[in-house]
Amino acid sequence: MKTKRKIDPFFWIAAFSSFTVVVFILFPLIEMVVQPSFQDLKETIQDPDVVRSIWLSIYTSGLAALISFVIGTPFAYLLARKNFWGKRLVESIVDLPIMIPHPVVGIAILGLAGKNHWLGNLMQQVGIHIMGTVTGIVTVLTFVGLPFYINTVKTGFEAIPVRLENVSRSLGASLTGTFFRVTFPLAWRSMLVGIIMCCARAISEFGAIVIVAYHPMIAPVMIYERFTAYGLKYSQPVAVWLIVVCLVLFLLLRIFSMPKEKRA
Amino acid sequence: MIKIDSLRIELAGFTLQDIDLSIQDGEFFTLLGPTGAGKTLVLEAIAGVTPITSGRIWVKGRDITHLSPEQRGIGIVYQDYALFPHLSVLENITYGLRYHKADLQASRKWIKKLMAQLGLQALSQRSIRHLSGGEKQRVALARALAVNPSVLLLDEPLSALDPNFREEIREVLKKLHQRLETTFLMVTHDFAEALFLSERTAVLNRGNIEQVGRISEVFRHPATLFVAEFMGMKNIFPAIFKDTKALVENVGLDLEVPPGIHKGLLAIRPEDIIIRKKKFSGNGMNAFQGKVLDVIDRGPYNDVSVRIGDVIFSAMLGKNDLFELDLRNGKDVHISIPASAIHVLKNQDISNSDTG
Repeated sequence: MKTKRKIDPFFWIAAFSSFTVVVFILFPLIEMVVQPSFQDLKETIQDPDVVRSIWLSIYTSGLAALISFVIGTPFAYLLARKNFWGKRLVESIVDLPIMIPHPVVGIAILGLAGKNHWLGNLMQQVGIHIMGTVTGIVTVLTFVGLPFYINTVKTGFEAIPVRLENVSRSLGASLTGTFFRVTFPLAWRSMLVGIIMCCARAISEFGAIVIVAYHPMIAPVMIYERFTAYGLKYSQPVAVWLIVVCLVLFLLLRIFSMPKEKRA
Repeated sequence: MIKIDSLRIELAGFTLQDIDLSIQDGEFFTLLGPTGAGKTLVLEAIAGVTPITSGRIWVKGRDITHLSPEQRGIGIVYQDYALFPHLSVLENITYGLRYHKADLQASRKWIKKLMAQLGLQALSQRSIRHLSGGEKQRVALARALAVNPSVLLLDEPLSALDPNFREEIREVLKKLHQRLETTFLMVTHDFAEALFLSERTAVLNRGNIEQVGRISEVFRHPATLFVAEFMGMKNIFPAIFKDTKALVENVGLDLEVPPGIHKGLLAIRPEDIIIRKKKFSGNGMNAFQGKVLDVIDRGPYNDVSVRIGDVIFSAMLGKNDLFELDLRNGKDVHISIPASAIHVLKNQDISNSDTG
């Protein structure tokens, strides 16, 4: 005779909470995506301003990720491998951009870049302008995206046994040789994930951007502007396109970063 | 020759200190000790992958204390193999070749020979993911030896292996050492391994060397209580000495040589205690009558505790002996202890040892 197994109440709690979370995230997004008519979407994507701002969003975020990759990788390696006095403090500093309210980030950067500050003064003399420029946008996006890159890649480096590097060096490889022949081939996936995290954070930045560079308009600023000037109906199609483009890009990167065996 | 002079390493909560060792060229030397004794730290200091606080290290007369690991020419094999997971077997083995280009032709020939010796030719194109533990350790050995290091460091190379592979790699290590001129320095916590493989050993405990010497010497004549216990000595008692006589409680024992101290610890290996039905005495033999207190089955052998006077001794008996003697609790037996088997722990300060 079959005995009916009693289901633990925790199962129902877990099932309920999973369902709530998924619906909470998906419902507003799905509603927004299906509300604009096909005609609206078609007209929006034919608008050169929209295409320009989405493209600007993507390539400034990409640049921010690239900069994070270049300056963040050695730093993440250092944090993963070495213990030094004040390491906790340095790690907290890296996390600061995650905690600071976004407009505060904008104000802080603007304060440095202004003519009243010696650094801003110097930069303007050599022709670097932050206020209202692509340079400004990339600066802000790097500022907010860098911690995500560094933390992800640091975890990736930590997962590689230090003994592999020890063996490599005992066989004659220098620190640099070891990094490129052992560490990098084992860590590039986590770097790619770090780039995705950094890009994702950068693309969603709004608060700091409106202060530093309202123009040229990145996609979130354009969506905000269309919302305040013309209302919900007019801003939704732009938002849909931004979501679609980002989704495709991130999906591609995710697939690329998966181990070969799992890719199928 | 490897010469280590007053090596000291301070880590959070652990200090390795006063490490002085000389290891001859071509020797098989083991660092013995329990987990956490600091053995691996000594190895990593020689390899140059752990920072040292003070001290000097020479290899073949060259001071390598401040050289980077890649300049030392010292190979290392870890317990967990540490193979490069993104490379094939052959790519792992030839990893170091480009840094030792002196004679590429000869190197390739050498690697071919090495792979044949280790039975790796058929595996050369395989991914290391699909190898067995024994195969992985053979690849790790080939990789380290491919660049002809003057010293090969082995960090518990047998510990992660299944028993059948352990035996295989143990044989491989012995053969490799016999064929090559490389100095082997192995870390292990298993004195049976050390006894099988090495000529000399240093026993480490809590960051200090307790004893250095020929492995058979350390095994038979441990200098301290720790070494005695680590080497499996069981009968360790405080004793009073006079000439060649020792007194443990009310049991008098004849020693082979006068220990030269008045009070101290003596130790007897359990397998050196002879139990017979009839009296068995002779020259250099301490003979007693005793009583069996307990027999514990340990699988291949039995632990037998016997009482002589007020003292309880542990003996070790094989299955056959046990059967022949028909030992049971409470049985009266004759016990003999050879004078040569009684060892005095001369270096043990008994004021801070607690043997009860």
